[in-house]
Amino acid sequence: MAHSYTPGLTVTEQAVIRRRRQLPLPGQVLVQVGDHVQANQPVARAELPGKVYPINLANQLGVAPDEIKEYLVKKEGEAIQSDEILAESKPLIKWLKTEIRSPVTGTVESLSTVTGQVLLREPPRILEVLGYVNGSVVEVQPKQGVTVETTCTLIQGIFGIGGETWGTVILAAKSPGDVLRPDQVTADMEGKIVVGGSFLPAETLTKAKQLGLAGLVVGGIHDKDLRALLGYDLGVAITGTEQVGFTLILTEGFGTIPMAQKTFELLSAHTGEKASISGATQIRAGVIRPEIIIPKQAGAVSGRGAATPQREGIRIGDPVRIIRDPLFGKIGQVSALPSDLQKIPTESEVRVLEVKFPDGQVAVIPRANIEVIEGA
Amino acid sequence: MTAASQVSAHPSITHPLNVLVATDCGSTTTKAILIEKVGEEYRQTFRGEAPTTVEAPFEDVTRGVLNAIAEIEELSGRKILDGDKILTPNRAAQGDPKRGVDIYISTSSAGGGLQMMVTGVVQNMTGESAQRAALGAGAIVIDVLASNDGRLPHEKIERIRTMRPDMILMSGGTDGGAVTHVVEMAEYIAAAEPRPRFGATYKLPLIYAGNKDAQGQVKSILGEKAALEVTENIRPVLERENLAPARHKIHDLFLEHVMQQAPGYKKLIEMAGAPIMPTPAAVGVIMETIAKREHLNLIGVDIGGATTDVFSVFEGVFNRTVSANLGMSYSVSNVLAEAGLANIMRWLPFAFDEQTLRNRIKNKMIRPTTIPQTLDELQIEQAIAREALRLALIHHKSLATGLKGVQQERTISDVFEQQTSGKTLIDMLKLDLIVGSGGILSHAPRRNQSMLMMVDAYEPIGFTMLSVDSIFMMPHLGVLSTIDEKAATDVFVRDCMVYLGTCVAPIGRGKDGERLADYELTFPDGRVVRDRLKMGELRLFPLGLDQKATITMHPGKHIDLGQGLGVPVTRDVQGGVVGVLLDGRGRPLQLPADQQMRVSVLTRWFQAIDLYPKA
Repeated sequence: MAHSYTPGLTVTEQAVIRRRRQLPLPGQVLVQVGDHVQANQPVARAELPGKVYPINLANQLGVAPDEIKEYLVKKEGEAIQSDEILAESKPLIKWLKTEIRSPVTGTVESLSTVTGQVLLREPPRILEVLGYVNGSVVEVQPKQGVTVETTCTLIQGIFGIGGETWGTVILAAKSPGDVLRPDQVTADMEGKIVVGGSFLPAETLTKAKQLGLAGLVVGGIHDKDLRALLGYDLGVAITGTEQVGFTLILTEGFGTIPMAQKTFELLSAHTGEKASISGATQIRAGVIRPEIIIPKQAGAVSGRGAATPQREGIRIGDPVRIIRDPLFGKIGQVSALPSDLQKIPTESEVRVLEVKFPDGQVAVIPRANIEVIEGA
Repeated sequence: MTAASQVSAHPSITHPLNVLVATDCGSTTTKAILIEKVGEEYRQTFRGEAPTTVEAPFEDVTRGVLNAIAEIEELSGRKILDGDKILTPNRAAQGDPKRGVDIYISTSSAGGGLQMMVTGVVQNMTGESAQRAALGAGAIVIDVLASNDGRLPHEKIERIRTMRPDMILMSGGTDGGAVTHVVEMAEYIAAAEPRPRFGATYKLPLIYAGNKDAQGQVKSILGEKAALEVTENIRPVLERENLAPARHKIHDLFLEHVMQQAPGYKKLIEMAGAPIMPTPAAVGVIMETIAKREHLNLIGVDIGGATTDVFSVFEGVFNRTVSANLGMSYSVSNVLAEAGLANIMRWLPFAFDEQTLRNRIKNKMIRPTTIPQTLDELQIEQAIAREALRLALIHHKSLATGLKGVQQERTISDVFEQQTSGKTLIDMLKLDLIVGSGGILSHAPRRNQSMLMMVDAYEPIGFTMLSVDSIFMMPHLGVLSTIDEKAATDVFVRDCMVYLGTCVAPIGRGKDGERLADYELTFPDGRVVRDRLKMGELRLFPLGLDQKATITMHPGKHIDLGQGLGVPVTRDVQGGVVGVLLDGRGRPLQLPADQQMRVSVLTRWFQAIDLYPKA
């Protein structure tokens, strides 16, 4: 198989990226092609239909379903306030009257003479989609959304939690191998995107939450700390909707793993700049990786970056990261690509490659266990 | 209800089928196989694979199909493709037998497969019947809504709204019974205005297969809101399930609606000479074909990266379940969450730091395509597989049951044996064959590893054959069997199934080293082995493929081999690439709680059957 390696994560100084900003249901697009938009600017808006509350009037009034119309105080389509009378019985003696009050404010949507149910619907909720990145609108899908393009520094992480946010990039670690200690996270980091090194201990996570950091970018964390942060054991890697107070992006994985030098250097170079980040991760069909997008200022663009670089395969000299034990997290360069299958210690026969590390050591690794560092 | 009966009308194929190409478009990989008629029998000759291309940047499933077939072209020297077209039929009659194929067929589970929501009135009656109908048609059931499922009405509506299924199956009520509850559910669905997963512009396919008296009302409530199809009630009376019409409809709507929305599927449907089948439906068809042909009770399992499918055929009744979040890569972390760390660690023949193991499992989840490079990593994956297999079978047993809510006639003899309705159909003592499939089982470095993983997870009792699918071609053969059963059977027997051997496991336990049974094993060459199987022992006797040996077991008085406590048994046992495994570890299988003792016991078992290379 020609492509028996894991396509890598993009870590690049300059790329042109496009992000689709879609409404979950038809609505109104607020911008036009060519408009410049800001990350926190609404670009499309829709009305999300309100929640529906069924009430079985026939049961509550003790009448037949096909009789409920006679007892309704509010008719189909009429507005109703919370606790207002929706229907009432008509006994001969007033004291025996039963009143059914609305549990919500909304409208009487429909009624059924088969089941005796009335459906009440709360007012619609306004839903806005924001620009997410500073850039320009290159496409409008009428009633659905827009596509925003930006020239930026792009860093993809391997796993994240939490949704889209933005803030100023600030470096808290001195080197990619540093553990981010609680005392390195300070009050002036509120609302910022803080970059750590190899590991984020539980105590630092707690402090980051207290101080209101917008985002944290680190090499790795322990699974047990993630479990404590979320309050449950994450079974399937589909994330992005967690509400833990900040967005967390891991660049390497679980455990203590130094952040790739290139990633760290790139983030260092952009300290003080505004970035948009998203922790959304989806490993299954339609892979989504967390990302850090640092849009370029108008004067800082050098030529035009590739929109979506497509690789043809792996080559000698490519920088790679080992993504499985026993050398998990190490970074080196491909030094040979033998084509024959080789037997590895498990006795499986697989396609392998040789990786040369900066210290001159060479290791034979299954091709499935490396990741090309894209954008190099 | 049979799996085969869910397949729509067979296409009429007029020309002889001598060369066939089949693909299975999986979530990540598209696998192609070439089948050729060699003499009088069909054989699988070449295979190729390529990444599936449903997602961006390609967004056209046929790219992956053409790439996989191109690999077969390269390997076989046969010209199959003409640009983006598959050359059919084969040009042998024109003197060019190396050009073209007679038919192209395919299955698909790309893009997450067929995801369905089902509704019923009573959860463990029509709710379960609807679930069985959907599962048998190859779907993943993302939720079962029922009038008595414990959720409040507005919670039900909110749930329908947030789910984005490919299709909904509504059931409920027996024909002629009350209509209120099923109409109420239709009202909830209408209020929720559910939207399909793919495509913003088309209506969600919805099948109504409930009380026929409510058809009119359901049509008036949902006719405008969904692409409604009405079919026969899946539970016309409490005592009978009628799943075939609903399964037919699911399959038709899958082709007409769902697949039309997935990128490139219109082209794929045009390319194929037979209807595209959902992958699990095709596997179900071939499993059922084997069971019928060999008169076997069987359990089949396909353990993938994201899901584990379990199929069973007992006394001719087919069942399928899918454990949507038990798998070896994407869902590996969920196996940990469901089984618990202790249950995974109990299968490791070494002590291991808990935190490191948790981190490693999460790292596999976020980089799902990596493979174990060291022996301890392989043993960890195989430990996880045992738990995934075990949990998926528990799930299957709970759904593969007799009908619930059925009134039973009781006689005086039942006074002593009260059985409730809805008993599981999975009787491990009547189980003849376990068929394993999926990377961890099909590609284990040693075949005895596959065998022991299944034995540890399923704890077969008495005499049970085990086999694996050599290169995961059951989906291809399933769809092939709908157009040419002989071709499918030939390939299945010769190239697909790898018989591992037979497991002989006495029921009962004793003290370590105590006698479980005396045995006499007579091999085909006349050699006889007489010995004693003691508690805690695992013994393996090589016995080749297509060979049979005769075994006589004299169990201890508290031990049962299927004929009763202490009753001797003599029977033939089938060989395979592993052989005959005498499992004296007792049933139920128990591992010592103390870690040091457990490691020592596991090491002893693993060494007894030469399970792993010496470190």
